Amino acid sequence: MAEPGMAQSATALPEEVRAAIDALRPGYPTTEALLLPALHLAQEHWDGWLPDEAILAVAEELELPPARVYGVVTFYDLYHQRPVGRHRIRVCSNLSCALRGAGEILETLRRELGVDEDEVTPDGRCSYVHFECLGACEQAPMMMVDGEYHGPLTPDSARRIVEELD
Amino acid sequence: MAYEPILTRNVGKPEVLTVAGYRAAGGYAALAKAVGMEPGEVTEEVKTSGLRGRGGAGFPAGLKWGFIPRTDKPKYLVCNADESEPGTFKDRVLMENDPHQLIEGCAICCYAVGANTCYIYIRGEYVEPADILERAIRDAYEAGVLGDNMLGSGFKLDMRIHRGAGAYICGEETGMLESLEGRRGQPRVKPPFPAVVGAFGCPTVINNVETLCNVPHIIERGGDWFRAIGTDERNTGPKLYCVSGHVARPGVYEFPIGATLDDVLGSAGGMLEGRQLKAFIPGGASAPILAAEHRGVPMDFDSMAGVGSMLGSAAVIVMDDTTCLVRSVSRLAKFFQHESCGQCTPCREGTNWAAMVLARLEAGQGTTADRELILRMTNNMSGTALCPLADAAVGPLRSLASSFPDEIEAHLGGDGCPYPVRRYFSGEAG
Repeated sequence: MAEPGMAQSATALPEEVRAAIDALRPGYPTTEALLLPALHLAQEHWDGWLPDEAILAVAEELELPPARVYGVVTFYDLYHQRPVGRHRIRVCSNLSCALRGAGEILETLRRELGVDEDEVTPDGRCSYVHFECLGACEQAPMMMVDGEYHGPLTPDSARRIVEELD
Repeated sequence: MAYEPILTRNVGKPEVLTVAGYRAAGGYAALAKAVGMEPGEVTEEVKTSGLRGRGGAGFPAGLKWGFIPRTDKPKYLVCNADESEPGTFKDRVLMENDPHQLIEGCAICCYAVGANTCYIYIRGEYVEPADILERAIRDAYEAGVLGDNMLGSGFKLDMRIHRGAGAYICGEETGMLESLEGRRGQPRVKPPFPAVVGAFGCPTVINNVETLCNVPHIIERGGDWFRAIGTDERNTGPKLYCVSGHVARPGVYEFPIGATLDDVLGSAGGMLEGRQLKAFIPGGASAPILAAEHRGVPMDFDSMAGVGSMLGSAAVIVMDDTTCLVRSVSRLAKFFQHESCGQCTPCREGTNWAAMVLARLEAGQGTTADRELILRMTNNMSGTALCPLADAAVGPLRSLASSFPDEIEAHLGGDGCPYPVRRYFSGEAG
């Protein structure tokens, strides 16, 4: 907690995120190596995406130029700079899944959720994107809901999984 | 015929997820044996085995270990668990089902090369496998397998998981090192090679998950035993084939290296009912597509190279007679366009052009000059970039243009794709 009357820095990391980063420090010989784990932790705190304040806070914590952190955030597919749904769905659309019906799964989600890829449903519940190979081709077609893999899917089973999300 | 699985023998046995259970199944005996040997002897045994890297490049593992210089600098092992080659899922199966086999392989490697720190770089999407591995590592610390005094040997080994964040290029070893160090995963100029200047400027071994999972078996049963498995002296040991696409039972199947497509189809229940084999990719998205006539060729490093393809990660993607190869290659071209790190001009521009030309062909707007154009582009992309991503992108493109010209021809009539569009592919692909 900041002391009364003390201005909270616009770029402060929440204490629990900072503590989690500190716990990782002994595992790496450089501070910069903490960047990917730190961004994962920050993104978790900021509801699944990285607003500018999160990016700047991580930069400050690790004493890195913000441009370096932006460069990393934009490079990797799992960091987001736009709000995402409470549940994040990634539909594998690479060849093995495409051969087994990934396109139908994406269309099912589009119909079921009523929004396009990368948009959030009006109730904030879900967002979905097509994704490159998720490494579960034996379950094709498959999708990842938050951290969990689901497959092989049919349009019906995909619809049921989405319906059951809170 | 009666082949006893080696790498997958513990798959589906949840008791091996703990150190105690893994030990009861014979685990960690190899590590105990290794720490009783001279480190150099361990490396020699791996050299004798002929084990070649299972991540895609097929570089001899023992040789790689032997490149680590004797210096006082810290040394590292980075286990490549970034498994992102489309069609590949064997490393996930190994980590989920038998995490201690991997930990043991890593520990033996670290002992052999004198690395006191091991990072397991796992792709960010593998949340559950990372959790399973994390628990296993914690258990291994508590059991004294890891930590300051590995199995009482006095050797110190620290092992930790480092999660990626979604980028195919981080599977390339120097892209992975950049990523581990907290940067964009853009591959480095080589030389120096990672064995000399790797993670944090120090000597580093980078091995794939499956490669390292072979190591305990080599130490336990000997390099000569391992060498006797497989096609010949250059293609040794067991191999996991990831079978996907139009087959009845997709999955990971273990064979002595050199199984044919017909062998793996036999295990995978054959083609989907009523379908005929048209073509297959033997080694993931980077491997040139082979026509059905190659179904009897051993899928090992040299036999696959001999028919103009590659074993790669042994991700066998099977395509039936209803599959449009232009559409399939177009999908792969989009993948490489998305995954090029943008550093080298031939790759950045080439993967982009390839995706555009293929999309045009797919939409029925191609021209008779496109086949030549594709071949010319692939020539400009081959061997002209810092890392193998551009060469990987060339694999499917060149095989389409050179081995399946009829498929391109069939799209030039103005009506677009002659195959039934079954909404199989993602919406953006048509």
